[in-house]
Amino acid sequence: MARHVVILGGGTGGTLTANRLRRRFPEDELRISVVDEDDVHVYQPGLLFVPFGLADPEHIVRPRGRQLHRGVEFHRSGVERVDVAGRQVVLEDGTRLDHDVLVVATGAALLPEETEGLLGPQWGRSVHTFYTLEGARALHESLASFEGGRLVVNVVDLPIKCPVAPLEFCFLADWYLRERGIRDDVELTYVTPLDGAFTKPVAAATLGGMLDDKGVRLVTEFNTGEVREGALVSWDERDVPFDLAVVVPLHGGQAYVGRSEGLGDELGFVPTDPATLQSTVAPEIFAIGDATTLPASKAGSVTHFEGDVLVENVGRFLAGEELDASYDGHANCFIETGFGKAMLIDFNYDQEPVPGHYPARMGLPLLKESRLNHLGKLMFQWFYWHSLLPGRDVPGIGSDMPTAGKRAG
Amino acid sequence: MPTRTVAGTTVEVNDEGFFVDPAQWTEAMAPELAAEEGIAALTDDHWTVIRFMRSEYAEKGTGPTVRVLGKTSGVPVKELYQLFPKGPAKIAARVAGIPKPRGCL
Repeated sequence: MARHVVILGGGTGGTLTANRLRRRFPEDELRISVVDEDDVHVYQPGLLFVPFGLADPEHIVRPRGRQLHRGVEFHRSGVERVDVAGRQVVLEDGTRLDHDVLVVATGAALLPEETEGLLGPQWGRSVHTFYTLEGARALHESLASFEGGRLVVNVVDLPIKCPVAPLEFCFLADWYLRERGIRDDVELTYVTPLDGAFTKPVAAATLGGMLDDKGVRLVTEFNTGEVREGALVSWDERDVPFDLAVVVPLHGGQAYVGRSEGLGDELGFVPTDPATLQSTVAPEIFAIGDATTLPASKAGSVTHFEGDVLVENVGRFLAGEELDASYDGHANCFIETGFGKAMLIDFNYDQEPVPGHYPARMGLPLLKESRLNHLGKLMFQWFYWHSLLPGRDVPGIGSDMPTAGKRAG
Repeated sequence: MPTRTVAGTTVEVNDEGFFVDPAQWTEAMAPELAAEEGIAALTDDHWTVIRFMRSEYAEKGTGPTVRVLGKTSGVPVKELYQLFPKGPAKIAARVAGIPKPRGCL
């Protein structure tokens, strides 16, 4: 009888896992089910461009079910809870799914309600986020009618999806306001809980320098405790006044993780082995992408690179073999810097982002602005739908981080 | 590795002044470490947080972030900032003699 892999979440991680497993195992050996509460698959890197009118919201969305290969069952329902001990998933529509392997791929949830005042009367008017489709759309309207004043970009706390996105937002806002001829009428401020522009020292110095060059004020070690009328207020009672605020809310795991005894940590993320992607909760439970506790960025590229090792290990687990502990934390991201340019960073658990070229000496420039990187970022959307999700390899992009083009230190 | 003396004992610290080996810490050192952070007297609430930091470190290999501390220590975030101004996770880690909590990425 075919064994059953249940995948919770039909986003980047769930879709590429399902498709890779389907290509690898015949249907009479393995039944594959993907569960998601809706049929809207958002190309999340596209959200950054919506507020500036650079991407049409319609163009970054496709149906989830259609991204799955033939022979993958798509079950549309929310998850009520996972019964870890009973090896069963209970869905909101009452279905119970038994499984030989469970893959948690439900990503991170935004928790704006956990910050006092964030969802107040200003939400969607002068206080926005671009981390959801509706949010990005509403922000587009507010930005279009913004005539000047204080524009504040704030990360409430980490972890967040795509830690470079709020910086990219600042760079693009600088470009956008210049295009509109009102840059001199706007005070643009980036407010972060970190002690610098970014988590990694070499990149933080470069990115911090770029904020400076673009006239973006940097406020560090600011832990937002409350959003009041026209001001962010930190826990230690500093305030940053704004006319328009773009806030990246707190993130956590999905609510069902909290309802599933023993599945998640205090923030609702699933404790996961950083090298094998097997959860530490139960041997038959694996996790991928933003849903895990891995010490890597919550980003699509990380999910993509994890996919290789995850699929290999699901196969090994089903065969009763020892798992492959080879995921190295590889991540790379294009950082849009405005004016048709972008930077690229490439790093893993041990190697922080440094200058050089990717994937080797003749490749794209690392930690340096270029038009080529901007084109790479735009082109990536095509690869996402046509290569990454279907589970084909993207040419020249392997799971292990390449070292050939990187400059030491 | 730099060393320093706390409450008459030599301990190893890193460049930022965090303990390298939490086993070198004793409760007798806490008042002196706290005073350096501008905390004049350690209350029961301070001790609740200090002990919680140490048990979390022992269990997980890193101290909790402020957000996790607020969710799990029983002391709300607002109060944590009153007890350990300017970053409860960092300051409490210093007083509790554990390495700097790993931030997220």
